[in-house]
Amino acid sequence: MRTGDWALRGYVLFVFVFVFSPVVMSMIFSFNSDRFPTIPLGEFTTHWYETIFADEDFWKAAQNSLIVSICASLIATFLGFCTAYSDYRYTFRGQGAYLGIILLPPTIPLIIMALAMLAWFSKVGISGQVYSIIFAHTVLTAPFAMAIIRLRLNQMDESLEAAAWNLGASEWRAMREVILPFCLPAIVSSLFLTAAVSFDEFTMAWFVSGLNKTLPVHVLEIVQGTIDPQVNAIGTLVFLVSMTLVIIAQLAIFFRLNRSAK
Amino acid sequence: MAASVIRRLNAYALTFRLPIIIWQAIFFIGPLFFMIAMSFFLVKNYRMVEAFEFKNWDKMLSRNYVWDSYWYTLGLAALSSAVASLVAFPAAFALAYRSSESVRRWAIFLLIIPFFTSYLVRTFSWYVILAESGVINAGLGYIGLGPYTMLNTMFGTIIGYMTLTLPLVVILQTVSLASVDRSLIQASQNLGCPPWRTIFAVILPAAKTGLIVAALFAFILSFGDFVAPYYLGGSKPPTLPILIIDTTKAGQQWPRAAVVAVIMMVTLFVVAFTAIMLAYRKRGSK
Repeated sequence: MRTGDWALRGYVLFVFVFVFSPVVMSMIFSFNSDRFPTIPLGEFTTHWYETIFADEDFWKAAQNSLIVSICASLIATFLGFCTAYSDYRYTFRGQGAYLGIILLPPTIPLIIMALAMLAWFSKVGISGQVYSIIFAHTVLTAPFAMAIIRLRLNQMDESLEAAAWNLGASEWRAMREVILPFCLPAIVSSLFLTAAVSFDEFTMAWFVSGLNKTLPVHVLEIVQGTIDPQVNAIGTLVFLVSMTLVIIAQLAIFFRLNRSAK
Repeated sequence: MAASVIRRLNAYALTFRLPIIIWQAIFFIGPLFFMIAMSFFLVKNYRMVEAFEFKNWDKMLSRNYVWDSYWYTLGLAALSSAVASLVAFPAAFALAYRSSESVRRWAIFLLIIPFFTSYLVRTFSWYVILAESGVINAGLGYIGLGPYTMLNTMFGTIIGYMTLTLPLVVILQTVSLASVDRSLIQASQNLGCPPWRTIFAVILPAAKTGLIVAALFAFILSFGDFVAPYYLGGSKPPTLPILIIDTTKAGQQWPRAAVVAVIMMVTLFVVAFTAIMLAYRKRGSK
């Protein structure tokens, strides 16, 4: 049994190495002087970072990404909260379909959503703008917001809200003083997670954005040309941002969810 | 308590219920239905004309390369789903049964990060690692092996798919294995079941639903991904997502791309439905 356990542990390590090696490699090679990254490594350089920081396209894309992910996360979290609360508080006809329309998008391949949105947005005249990407990303990210907030509401004692009403609070006041504070960690978590998903999404952004590139679309366009170590530098920055967002999102809620579920 | 819940639809209830309905009608349901309608439109002089004709369907369904692409994509996604499930299982097994609660929680915490971050950049990183003169071949060179061609092969594509799916599959499998009733496992061991039989006769059936759902997600993600087959697989033959991109971006043939997209959706629906039926089917009672 003992050797078996060690083998299993080694295997888990292997899986983690597989999952994280591309991230680590990209970071290492972003400081490597060789044009084609391989081992042995060339010299240490910050050349690639200097190149991208001097590139106007990069700053424009970064700015777009920032705007898109902030707006998308605010809207998605608002929609997710409303839906999660409706589902928690009420029982109504068509509830299954109601949940379906918010939860389905992540199960549909992004390339299909991208084509559908490109066609529809062109038809109604809202294609090729920064806000087109925001609309597309809210559809993709709202389910995650909904799921996180719904899980949090599951932990709430149902009589809390009713107690507030019995003590004379209006529904709105109970919402403001009981439900919202209770959901706050989930709302914070949702804001960060949806921002991360939006920050990284490139298929829909590529299709609907027209000339307004986001960072991942900028990367996609560079990668289509040649092997350019710039990508490692941009990639490293993108990793750092989105990892930080996901880590904050998790710290805000997941440990809390686990703990009180037990 | 239940009596105090106001069931009537008032302004308060509508404030929370309506936003998502309106929003998804405009930005989710609308686009999907329009895309289905678009598959019947015509393209004349590079402009799309709204119509109801089966020309695009005839054209796409009669082309061999579309069918080649279809079966190839379906096969790759099935392979990816199987590989991800098999590769993930020992790790999920170890995390579920041979690790403490806190190790398991940290492992899931760590795996959630890559699932949500920079798939594109991670794939490009594999490109560099797997290349003819890349890290792996350079490393193998020191011990006198290689170089092996890994890019533009099915192996490359599968590596890319694993980058996309493995974290999620390990998470889902770990959660479903960890929730298997321990007393079942204990009982089978007490009754003298060897470890392998415990896995096949007790653990796998008990965790079936979660394992199938994990495999289904791997299938869906791989089926719709264009990055791995394009950059690591060399796009020979192109998969359906690549076909959609080529038809949309280069050919300006949106209606034909819509045909491919609708075919993909129907396929996914059938696969998902079958998988879910399998996942929730009760074992035949004796």
